[in-house]
Amino acid sequence: MGTALIDGLFVFMLAGFIGFEVIKRISPLLHTPLMSITNALDAIAVVGAIVLVGRHESPLAHVLGILAVIAATSNIVGGFIITDRMLKMFKSSRPAKS
Amino acid sequence: MITISGSQVFIGFIYLVASGLFILALRWMNAPPTARRGILSGEIGMVLAIGGTILQLAIEGKLENIAIDYVWILVALGIGTAIGIPLGLVQMTAVPQRTALSHAFGAFCVTLVGTAEYYLGVNGSGIPPFKMSVLCCEVILGGLTVTGSLMAAGKLQEVLPQRPITYKGQNFVNLALLAIAIIIAVYLVLRPGTPHLYPIMVGIALVFGVMLVIPIGGADMPTVISLLNSYAGLSAAAMGFVLNNKLLIIAGALDGSSGFILSVIMSKAMNRSFTNVLFGAFGQVAASAPGAQEARPVKSASPEEAAGILAAASKVVVVPGYGMAVAQAQHKVRELYDSLTKRGIDVRFAIHPVAGRMPGHMNVLLAEADVPYDRLMEMDEINGDFPQTDVSLIIGANDVTNPAAKTDKSSPIYGMPVLDVEKSHTVMVIKRSMNPGFAGIDNPLYYMDQTLMLFGDAKAFVSNIVKELAGSHS
Repeated sequence: MGTALIDGLFVFMLAGFIGFEVIKRISPLLHTPLMSITNALDAIAVVGAIVLVGRHESPLAHVLGILAVIAATSNIVGGFIITDRMLKMFKSSRPAKS
Repeated sequence: MITISGSQVFIGFIYLVASGLFILALRWMNAPPTARRGILSGEIGMVLAIGGTILQLAIEGKLENIAIDYVWILVALGIGTAIGIPLGLVQMTAVPQRTALSHAFGAFCVTLVGTAEYYLGVNGSGIPPFKMSVLCCEVILGGLTVTGSLMAAGKLQEVLPQRPITYKGQNFVNLALLAIAIIIAVYLVLRPGTPHLYPIMVGIALVFGVMLVIPIGGADMPTVISLLNSYAGLSAAAMGFVLNNKLLIIAGALDGSSGFILSVIMSKAMNRSFTNVLFGAFGQVAASAPGAQEARPVKSASPEEAAGILAAASKVVVVPGYGMAVAQAQHKVRELYDSLTKRGIDVRFAIHPVAGRMPGHMNVLLAEADVPYDRLMEMDEINGDFPQTDVSLIIGANDVTNPAAKTDKSSPIYGMPVLDVEKSHTVMVIKRSMNPGFAGIDNPLYYMDQTLMLFGDAKAFVSNIVKELAGSHS
């Protein structure tokens, strides 16, 4: 448990720094789609819920797990769809290079 | 046991790849040309992680000889997808409330999983202190984000009153609630045998979320949405610690830092600290100064006159605000942009960071209306250009153009960075009436010599200007 905690904190700290550096450079143009995509990615919490449903260790855990999977999946699907719709709308007045 | 650890290495590898893809997804989001690649990367990572998790469950089920409930996993995934599709297809003007709602959903998932883990642990082999403390972080943050985000969504959807609701001793009540929740959490960690306290802690977190957002007004929504975004991320990271799942820790840390950075940007753009946004109840204080001053003269103009002035300009800057979104005027604004651009007039848009109800709100609306994104300027990019601007056309924006923020120390928004529209040769303001805006702060811009007030509905007025321009052209 002890090493797992330290490992986890290392990961958390490094991911926090990466997040900070990467997100700082995102154009304010895209702040709304940024928020919707981080929301979709955050719904990766669904994996914890899937395990609860699959293992069915208690009726309570099973029901809570099902509700959690529903909530997270709707964020994943809705988040990716709306981010894609938004980004499709961003067009430049200069002709695209290609 | 050796084979179990084999499958754990396998799932660990899948999660590692998914984490990399998530980071790339955000990396590619930094500019429009690569942003859609970012979505693809995120989607692949997500599918890998979910597929890997189900595969891992199947392997463990075989080894431990337990039946895995695939049916309900698929049913829940199916229902979630069915709910998610319409949530992904909402109108662009409804994006702020949709975002708030999805913060609530994300936090809901985290809180439920935390609760399930708690009862599994308490009724099983017990929960070690470290795991219990992160579990408490998880459900307190998750719980307050659920109700706080629902309140924010309700205010944005206007099912709940947008005005801040304040009462005496509010901050004390809020802090006391949070303190009680934390005390219970500490107690739960130290005395594992007190499960009846757990629902009380979750309940207090839920109440705290409501109390936190009640005093916050519409104009402060960009900061609050960002802050709730950050909380949702942090609660997911805490869940990663509980489950010892590094992918979750990474995704939560990315989301948490993203929300945090956005809240800092939003607070700076309003010259206010976090605590001030949360505990200040801005609009209420400002509104207490009633508009009882004598009516000062303003100049107004008709659509014909406005069209004439615009047609004679060579550089025009449009300043959109939340009023443009409310009036759904963005498509008419784009027609105006087209018609002026065709005459060889340089038209750009000045976007204040807190214009609208969430970060980047105006950009999305104008992009939806097909305004090219390279015409959308940030405040710092365009502020130096106002002295060379012939006409600034303000559509549904108020406080972000208020020169009192620079000069009047007694103004509630003194010190807030604003767009220097008053430096342009002519300022035109489309506004319904002289009633002060949401924050109730008078705007001296409207009484200046170079300012023309265009009274009317934003959409109708812009539409009339476009008609005038088309008529005089042919």
